[in-house]
Amino acid sequence: MGEDRRRFLKLAGLTALCAAGKGSLVRLAGAESPAKGGAAKKKIRWAMVVDPRKCLEKEACTACIDACNHAHNVPAFDNPKHEVKWIWKEPFADAFLDQDVRYIDQALTTKPVFVFCNHCDNPPCVRVCPTKATWKREDGVVMMDWHRCIGCRYCMAACPYGSRSFNWEDPRPHIKQVNPDFPTRTKGVVEKCTFCDELLDKGQLPACVTACKEKALTFGDLNDPDSEVRRLLRSRFALRRKAGLGTNPEVFYLV
Amino acid sequence: MRDRAWIFIGLAAFLALALAPVWQSALHGAARKPEPKIVTKAKQCVEPTAEMRRNHMELLNAWRDTVVRRGQRTYLAADGKTVTMSLSGTCMSCHPNKKEFCDACHNYLAVSPYCWECHIEPKEKS
Repeated sequence: MGEDRRRFLKLAGLTALCAAGKGSLVRLAGAESPAKGGAAKKKIRWAMVVDPRKCLEKEACTACIDACNHAHNVPAFDNPKHEVKWIWKEPFADAFLDQDVRYIDQALTTKPVFVFCNHCDNPPCVRVCPTKATWKREDGVVMMDWHRCIGCRYCMAACPYGSRSFNWEDPRPHIKQVNPDFPTRTKGVVEKCTFCDELLDKGQLPACVTACKEKALTFGDLNDPDSEVRRLLRSRFALRRKAGLGTNPEVFYLV
Repeated sequence: MRDRAWIFIGLAAFLALALAPVWQSALHGAARKPEPKIVTKAKQCVEPTAEMRRNHMELLNAWRDTVVRRGQRTYLAADGKTVTMSLSGTCMSCHPNKKEFCDACHNYLAVSPYCWECHIEPKEKS
């Protein structure tokens, strides 16, 4: 037994030495973890600023909705219960349920506002997704991986904004004009706005922002104090939808 | 052992059925192996042809995860070339004949990848 214990202690000592040695070797070689290197670069935090007053100029305008629906093959179901929406119009008072809007300019509060996924900094949909089909990217975009979505709809229950839609039927026959550069979804998959990640990765602006001639939608980096979104938020007061819930929505509405 | 005859008949029938693939192919000749039709004039795919034949499914899975989950859209091939990782954009621009290129082998091997339930296949003259 004595012999065995001796060997065990020797081995344990050697293992401890190796473990300690590895750490110092890595530090000597200067191979820092990539996470640390990334922090040196400025982190981007994408956000959107909506100016509903600019939408008042052309009340029936749906340029942003049309551009989005075409770019992402969003289906149009006849049954309102099956509706799939990425960006849509909501009455002002409904969009800001937690706000007392009685004394805000009537010209604003009696008209609908454009709403879409808020790309929350603390997204409840991400927390409940059992397959990690939805997650928050480094740049703040709440992304979806439709390959992984199993259609459990937990995220839809968790989202306090109704920003997520479920495909109750095969969406293919309900797409007016198919955009071949973007996939459709299948029956049994949840979908929502992704801040046009496919365009962001190419260094372009989201489709709705480009489509809006009135410049009611401003997209930019919240972490950059000189960005257009930060300049707008400095100059005017902005509302966020149900901010009291702690989701930290990153879509701002100028009033 | 009064049932000896029945037992041997049963055994013979079982063997004949179990070995059906062997004598069927001896009679009719083995089924023709499908040959995917390549219409592109490019000399090589993103990786060498042998590699693509064996591992295209792993490559496509890796492309999918890199694009969707990491937001990186450029692939660095072994020979230093870079391509955009896109099934309908990159793959199908050289191989627009899905029926003869993808389906020929997939049907033969009875595998049914679900790519095209969402991704939009190129228009083909049928």
